[in-house]
Amino acid sequence: MDLPIYLDYQATTPVDPRVLEAMLPYFTERFGNAASRSHAFGWAGEEAVDRARKQVASLIGASPKEIVFTSGSTEAINLALKGVGEMYASKGKHIVTSQVEHKAVLDTCKHLEKQGFEVTYLEPSPTGRVSVETVAAALREDTCIVALIWANNEIGTLNPIREIGELCHERNALLFTDATQAVGKVPVDVERDGVDLLCLSAHKLYGPKGIGCLYVRRRNPRVRLVAQMDGGGHERGMRSGTLNVPGIVGIGEACALCERELDADSEHARALRDRFEGRIFAELDHVHLNGDREHRLPNCSNVSFAYVEGESLIMGVNDVAVSSGSACTSASLEPSHVLRACGVGDDLAHSSIRFGFGRFTTEEEVDHATQEVIAAVRRLRELSPLYEMVQEGVDPGAIDWSGSH
Amino acid sequence: MAYSDKVLDHYNNPRNVGSLDKKRDNVGTGVVGAPECGDVMKLQIEVDGDRIVDAKFKTFGCGSAIASSSLATEWIKGKTVDEALAINNTEIVEELSLPPVKIHCSVLAEDAIKSAIDDYKAKQQATPE
Repeated sequence: MDLPIYLDYQATTPVDPRVLEAMLPYFTERFGNAASRSHAFGWAGEEAVDRARKQVASLIGASPKEIVFTSGSTEAINLALKGVGEMYASKGKHIVTSQVEHKAVLDTCKHLEKQGFEVTYLEPSPTGRVSVETVAAALREDTCIVALIWANNEIGTLNPIREIGELCHERNALLFTDATQAVGKVPVDVERDGVDLLCLSAHKLYGPKGIGCLYVRRRNPRVRLVAQMDGGGHERGMRSGTLNVPGIVGIGEACALCERELDADSEHARALRDRFEGRIFAELDHVHLNGDREHRLPNCSNVSFAYVEGESLIMGVNDVAVSSGSACTSASLEPSHVLRACGVGDDLAHSSIRFGFGRFTTEEEVDHATQEVIAAVRRLRELSPLYEMVQEGVDPGAIDWSGSH
Repeated sequence: MAYSDKVLDHYNNPRNVGSLDKKRDNVGTGVVGAPECGDVMKLQIEVDGDRIVDAKFKTFGCGSAIASSSLATEWIKGKTVDEALAINNTEIVEELSLPPVKIHCSVLAEDAIKSAIDDYKAKQQATPE
């Protein structure tokens, strides 16, 4: 077993060796520009891009012509929201989104607010779900687009996208979903689920970084966008710029593998996660699961270890690579906006850790990580004045801390 | 973020962890910070005459907060109350090479020392000679 153990699969994933192998020739002997129509080098590139486009489309139930390659999800989000916003501004300038979106969506919405759009930020349930009813109540005549995350990147909660898609179509609003964490982990089908625009990123599903795509529906309804990148008119005019052929080959191969192995991958991750959670909850007291136990990604576990601060815990588990929802890992000193929106107290938000399991995680690694986490939590609780209070029967939550600063 | 060797040392081998009997007249207790802010420090001193003969701490917080309070107990042990009061947070920042975003940890440690001393002094005034 190699150390440290990687349990941060929501942040990024390693490139699957099979994906890398497919990509390699496109750096060297098949280096052609996919837009070069006049020679064999270009044709080889174009052929590879066409194949990849089919592979990506197939994984999400789309047609290849509906895939626009981008540099990743952030760019796809910008293109979707700004592109639709500009195109449909005459229909209305109202956008519906939620408080638990990724920063790429929230910040793009903030940008659009400055351009005169009005944005409604829906409050999720305590488990991080946005209900159909909440969306229905927020929709207006002038709503041009609804933007909701499919699977939350911090807590793994799955939104009822299919129901929301149905609602949006009834009410004549477009549905964009950030499916960066969902694709490859849970079944996604843009037809069945009624999605009009969707983004995904290769590096979350065992492909390379720097490549992703935006799905743009072509029929019922045909979605139109104003391009955000001007130039040679690549990607049917929606995203100019020479195609990243090796990256595109990589995302294609990664999607093809996900399509074949989705069930096995899910089961593998779920079994490891359940093994981990089973032991953590059996051996430690005052542990809280953040997110939705039922509607959740199979590979994500976000846990708050009360009375232990997240950053110190990460420091204590040297052999395990994980992320914290705690303030101190970022320069902002603000705890996670997602946990906050779910109503998780700042004290528990500071104590939260996200564990992500993936295709290459082994049982041995999970057992080792579990042991380390349990030992570190116990050690830090010995150091914790809050845990001491709890042992003495004092509830730290009932104390007025305002005088203690 | 990389931690300095001294922060790591205090984090891995914290000095003077524990609790003193807060009911005793010669023990001063300071609790500063708040769980919502991600830092709570409890620092206690035992005073004999005007000298701090023992100090203990418990901290909920990041590695730098743990290191700052551990260092604080190490420094005040053996000092007089007045000497301990003179400790400035910048000395802690320097000793532990804390980055700017962690300076509040050192401020909290200084506050914890002062708060424990205040508590001790208040007890002395309340206690009939």
